[in-house]
Amino acid sequence: MSTTLPLAPTETPTNYLNADYGWKSWLFATDHKRIALLYLFSITAFFFVGGAFAVAMRINLLTPDGIFTHDTYNKLFTMHGIIMVFFFLVPSIPATLGNFLVPMMIGARDLAFPRINLLSWYIYIVGGILTLTAVFQGGVDTGWTFYAPFSSSYSNTHVILAAMGVFVSGFSSILTGLNFIVTIHTMRAPGMTWNRLPLFIWGHYATSLIQVLGTPVIAITMVLLGLERVLHAGIFDPTVGGDPILFQHLFWFYSHPAVYIMILPGMAVISEIVTCFSRKAIFGYNFVAYSSIAIAVFSFIVWGHHLFVSGQSMYASMVFSFFSFLVAIPSAVKVFNWTATMYKGSVSYDTPMLYAFGFMGLFTMGGLTGLFLATMAIDVHVTDTYFVIAHFHYVMVGGMVMAYMGGIHFWFPKISGRLYPEGWAKFAALLVFAGFNLTFFPQFILGYQGMPRRYAHYPPEFQVLNVMSTAGASILAVGYLIPMIYLAWAWRYGPKSPQNPWKAKGLEWEQSPTPPPTFNFEHQPVVTEPAYNYSGEEQEVKLG
Amino acid sequence: MTHQAVPVKVYAAVFGALLVLTATTVAVSKLELGEYNFIVAMTIAVIKGTLVVMFFMDVRRASSMTKLFIGAGFFWLAILLVFLLSDYLSRGWLLNIHWL
Amino acid sequence: MADSEAILAPQEPGLRHHFDDSAQQLESSTLGMWVFLVTEVMFFGGMFGAYTVYRNMYPEAFASTSHFMNVTIGAINTGVLIFSSFTMVLAVRSAQLGQKKALIAFLVLTLILGCVFLSLKYVEYHEKWVDHHIPGPGFQYADSRYAHQAQILFYLYFAMTGMHAIHMIVGAGLLITLIVMAARNRFTSKWYTPVEMIGLYWHFVDIVWIFLFPLLYLIGHTK
Repeated sequence: MSTTLPLAPTETPTNYLNADYGWKSWLFATDHKRIALLYLFSITAFFFVGGAFAVAMRINLLTPDGIFTHDTYNKLFTMHGIIMVFFFLVPSIPATLGNFLVPMMIGARDLAFPRINLLSWYIYIVGGILTLTAVFQGGVDTGWTFYAPFSSSYSNTHVILAAMGVFVSGFSSILTGLNFIVTIHTMRAPGMTWNRLPLFIWGHYATSLIQVLGTPVIAITMVLLGLERVLHAGIFDPTVGGDPILFQHLFWFYSHPAVYIMILPGMAVISEIVTCFSRKAIFGYNFVAYSSIAIAVFSFIVWGHHLFVSGQSMYASMVFSFFSFLVAIPSAVKVFNWTATMYKGSVSYDTPMLYAFGFMGLFTMGGLTGLFLATMAIDVHVTDTYFVIAHFHYVMVGGMVMAYMGGIHFWFPKISGRLYPEGWAKFAALLVFAGFNLTFFPQFILGYQGMPRRYAHYPPEFQVLNVMSTAGASILAVGYLIPMIYLAWAWRYGPKSPQNPWKAKGLEWEQSPTPPPTFNFEHQPVVTEPAYNYSGEEQEVKLG
Repeated sequence: MTHQAVPVKVYAAVFGALLVLTATTVAVSKLELGEYNFIVAMTIAVIKGTLVVMFFMDVRRASSMTKLFIGAGFFWLAILLVFLLSDYLSRGWLLNIHWL
Repeated sequence: MADSEAILAPQEPGLRHHFDDSAQQLESSTLGMWVFLVTEVMFFGGMFGAYTVYRNMYPEAFASTSHFMNVTIGAINTGVLIFSSFTMVLAVRSAQLGQKKALIAFLVLTLILGCVFLSLKYVEYHEKWVDHHIPGPGFQYADSRYAHQAQILFYLYFAMTGMHAIHMIVGAGLLITLIVMAARNRFTSKWYTPVEMIGLYWHFVDIVWIFLFPLLYLIGHTK
């Protein structure tokens, strides 16, 4: 990592960052790269709000009797869930890295609908404001799952505001997905056939399919919930003949595919990182590409595994359990292929690759514990315990957030034109890994031993593991804070980056300046080689 | 539409067919056909919808990608309805198993 | 920014800078609108699902409430919407042929028919209000055996037809926008994409009604 003198001001080339100045040029930007940065800042802000709620929860759980009342604690975990799921995880990679990179990776000048892209950010902000208003008005206590009839008939908190926030943010997600689908179909550069597309694109395409097909159902569910709170007609109220399980069906029809919205982009990033830092084309490109589509399709027929103990019919549960096992297969395919990519590759341990290693191990653990939960006989014992919490935090935080951090570091030079300090970055990555495991591994044990989730107070025998978990959380928090600091520092003061510091393959690295100009390329790219053509280059080096 | 303009009489014929089908479905609904009332009504609705999609929305001449997306939309709706109803319709099934 | 402009295509009328040519732009717009309509299918689909569940759960209550559905208004409204789809497709055809006056005439006709639909809907809703069949504190149902279940079914009736009506109102607003644009000569036979796209939206709203009508008004009617 060399330090080069910054260019004299008169020599600075025009790029998307300095093409125009002033707040209007950012708030009315239609350049997908600027919109990606607008999202990056807002998503980071929401991450910290959601994280603050988590900190409060973990502090409460240091002692069996806690420091908050049950009602307050209910609000803490609800707001933590709503903000982390809808305002951080769902948009995270697609709205930041996806928005930035999808056009560049396919050789296009922008997304198909740049103004709709900007609109989707404004819609996201409106949804966020609605939800934060619910927070400041005293919070919501239904859990992020809004289960009826508590949410529809009995809760005295600002359910409608929060439901509206979720409803609105859903449209942001739909518009982003729509934009990606159309862009990938119609705006690929000459020679960029479907099977030369980077796997990042395949992953985002599959994610967009889920966003477009699933999100409308949670939108209508929130409408029905809000309307029911006003009218009290009884649609989910068992005392008058309504069925609360109907709410669960409609809610999870989206929310299960939503978890794949949250993980597929992470897998897409890992595919890019693993191949680059193994200097080797991804093993089994077709399998990895189609596994993304398979995950997207299968994700829609497993939602009933959230309803095993709800009163759902045994037969429907068996079908959902069976498909839940099947949906693990394409995910496993990816893990095997990444491993095979590294085998006999030339692996280097830069920060993005460290996060990728973390992802591969932790996602695998999270995914395997998902299989336990898909097994009805086990699920009846561990459902609604910390086992479930540990499972989804392994895939979401150990998986997705690590992929997000890896992706941010990998493309940071491209986005900012600067290099981040590698030493600090590696240190933070290791802290995150250590902190994460200390936080969440004890929770598997807690759940297995029977500690229920969403409880403010617990029996004293669970305290030791809870203390370990809180200790881990504090390390994890530091691990997340450090990159915020050095990335902000590096943005302004970091050494200038060469065009392709990682010597990665891909149109965004090879054919676009760093940072890119507003229209991404100086000349229309034409694609002539398959994706990840690393071995072509290595051969030249050996011979020459 | 990047194709030739469709003659007005084609649209008029489709319009006429849609009105006839509407009258038919109202008339049939007044007959007592038991469960078949639902099937007939839905069949007619599907035919009407198909006419609108194929002719008014010009899907007859659209690309296969468009047709694929439309098919996918209805397929996904079917997934929602089938799996949702499979729970409700099978809830009573396990009542008489003696060997458990 | 002379260097980055080098990559832009030569300008055709209506062509936005990030597209290579009009064909690509039209393909994108069309695919985009269809993807949006797929989201609408799923959006309404959730309500169709809920409705089907309760219809199956409470067949007697359902039969009871179906006597209060105004089939006459429903049938007339179906005819009105089908007619409006006809005028809409003629509007698109006029745009394709560059016939500005016909385009505006058909758009206005479509808008009027849409307003007729909404007015008849209002009449229907008023009827329901008079009967105390609007869910909420004022709800009353004559047959006390089914009062609770009837309220759930009416709730779904209002949710589904209300959501449909909202989509009609949005459609009416879009039609007004098109009429204004057409009057200002924004459309030529080479570029009339908004007319086409809003036409697709209008037809979709018609199709939703084509399914709502028999489901809510016609079935269970004879029992």
